[in-house]
Amino acid sequence: MRRLVTDTLVIAERNLERLRTAPDLLLAFTVQPVMFLLLFAFVFGGAIETPGFNYVDFLIPGIIVQNIAFGGFVTALGLNEDLSKGLIDRFRTLPMARPAVLAGRTLADVATNLLSLFILLATALIIGFSFDASVGEIVAGIGLMVLFGYAFSWVFALLGLLVSSAEAANSLGFIAVFPLTFISSAFVPVESMPGPIQWFAEINPFTIVVDALRALWLGAPAGNSVWAAVVWSLVILAVFAPLAVRRYRRATAR
Amino acid sequence: MTTTTTTTTEVPLTVPATGPLAAPGAYGGEPAISVSGLVKSFGEVRALNGVDLAAAPGTVLGLLGPNGAGKTTAVRVLTTLLEPDAGTVRVAGLDVVHDAKELRTRIGLAGQYAAVDENLTGLKNLVMVGRLYGERRAVARRRAVELLEAFDLMDAADRPAKTYSGGMRRRLDLAAALVAKPPLLFLDEPTTGLDPRSRLGVWETIETLVADGTTVLLTTQYLDEADRLADSIAVIDRGRVIAEGTSDVLKDRVGGERLEVLVADAGAVQSAADALKPMSEEPPVTSGATLSLAVRGREGTIVEAVRRLDQAGVAVKDLGLRRPTLDDVFLSLTGHVAEATDDAEETA
Repeated sequence: MRRLVTDTLVIAERNLERLRTAPDLLLAFTVQPVMFLLLFAFVFGGAIETPGFNYVDFLIPGIIVQNIAFGGFVTALGLNEDLSKGLIDRFRTLPMARPAVLAGRTLADVATNLLSLFILLATALIIGFSFDASVGEIVAGIGLMVLFGYAFSWVFALLGLLVSSAEAANSLGFIAVFPLTFISSAFVPVESMPGPIQWFAEINPFTIVVDALRALWLGAPAGNSVWAAVVWSLVILAVFAPLAVRRYRRATAR
Repeated sequence: MTTTTTTTTEVPLTVPATGPLAAPGAYGGEPAISVSGLVKSFGEVRALNGVDLAAAPGTVLGLLGPNGAGKTTAVRVLTTLLEPDAGTVRVAGLDVVHDAKELRTRIGLAGQYAAVDENLTGLKNLVMVGRLYGERRAVARRRAVELLEAFDLMDAADRPAKTYSGGMRRRLDLAAALVAKPPLLFLDEPTTGLDPRSRLGVWETIETLVADGTTVLLTTQYLDEADRLADSIAVIDRGRVIAEGTSDVLKDRVGGERLEVLVADAGAVQSAADALKPMSEEPPVTSGATLSLAVRGREGTIVEAVRRLDQAGVAVKDLGLRRPTLDDVFLSLTGHVAEATDDAEETA
């Protein structure tokens, strides 16, 4: 157990070190989310009806959830690269704790997700977003995002170990995550969607997580969505983390 | 082929001693590597089809074979990366399946892919590996510096590995495999793609490690590499060991020596051939001013050849016995030349 912790920290440090030496990678965690935020707020914002909220307030939780979900993407790309370059082979011949390579990778995502989160929130406040929440609720919202992002990192970890190349990880990730984020309450009210799509949007975990964040930060009616969001995150984690670790044990370079 | 021991080299011969020296009998009398009946399939493809191998502590076992022969698969099984389908595989007295965890503390793996983190500096790569062996940062750092010095990488210690040349990267990879001073070292085609100078450096490093007691399993498609480094050689083709022994034993299997003569005047080559003909069961082969023929034994051969040529009045520029090369061995064992075709080893 002690080895798991120290090995995980060594790997997380290694992954964050990469950002320090290649600062251009930081664009993905900083400029890109802000760009999405500004595009949505000012291009679509005027055309989308969001009863009860102004669009910026409505949009911020949605765009934050989308960004956090994609935040684990570097895990898929990084693991796939490590696999094809033979680094995973090296790690697997070391007497280190088995889940540490994946745990370290996903832990590094927590750091980059927090960075994205704070940059998005700062931008949001500048363009007029206002919380309708207590400090405790704001912190709880951040905590939910960290948990949800962490769970999604494990989905990407599995993806990165399964696909044949980083390019494949890229397109599969987009194919899987893009519809999930768009057919949800992230950018438009679910009520505006046609029947079957609305049905899907309502059961989509993204909708539940976005609604939970709106409940925490905007005082929107929560229902059970906060707890449901936590449960969804934990279920994703409980399913995908063991699958990814199992896959890792068998992963070979070629 | 045996004159290249003291030329300039990138790597000084002062690699820090490997750790617990494996004296003969170090593993309770067991060989350092012992494999019997190893089978490994990928779907329909039998990559290894009943392989037996053995290496005594402190020796080099060479796995020689063309691409796709199963060399890399064998290394992966021996280094706990793949589980065998059948057979017994023991390394350092430990079972690769049941004692995998313990075994990982005693082996180092380096290979043609130079598995280093390109985004980290050379120093940070080695410190990371040391810490993953459970060392404290300071201890890992000290060992890293020691290795960087030994491998002549100190000047590049703080540069990302992606700026390294192929040879430097390979040296860093080898250094990473040596971080824990493993008594067993697995080298999967350690010099594939290297220039001759870097190649020689890697060879000398391996020789130093072996002199210090490390057991090495080396895969290669280069016959000269196996010839120079390996105490014993197993020739692998299509998942099976088709021959094994020292390089001398293998060469003997191909047959005796060849006498090669370079005559002073190309016009006299035919009279030389006539003069030497009784020395061999096969007719001599001539080409320009050179002549070559298979001879039965070493003893007296040169003296007899010189006498015969002298009697025939043929002036000789050069004359000597040539042992068959491992190229000859491979050709006669497999019916095809050892080829360096594409990169595709087994597709797992």
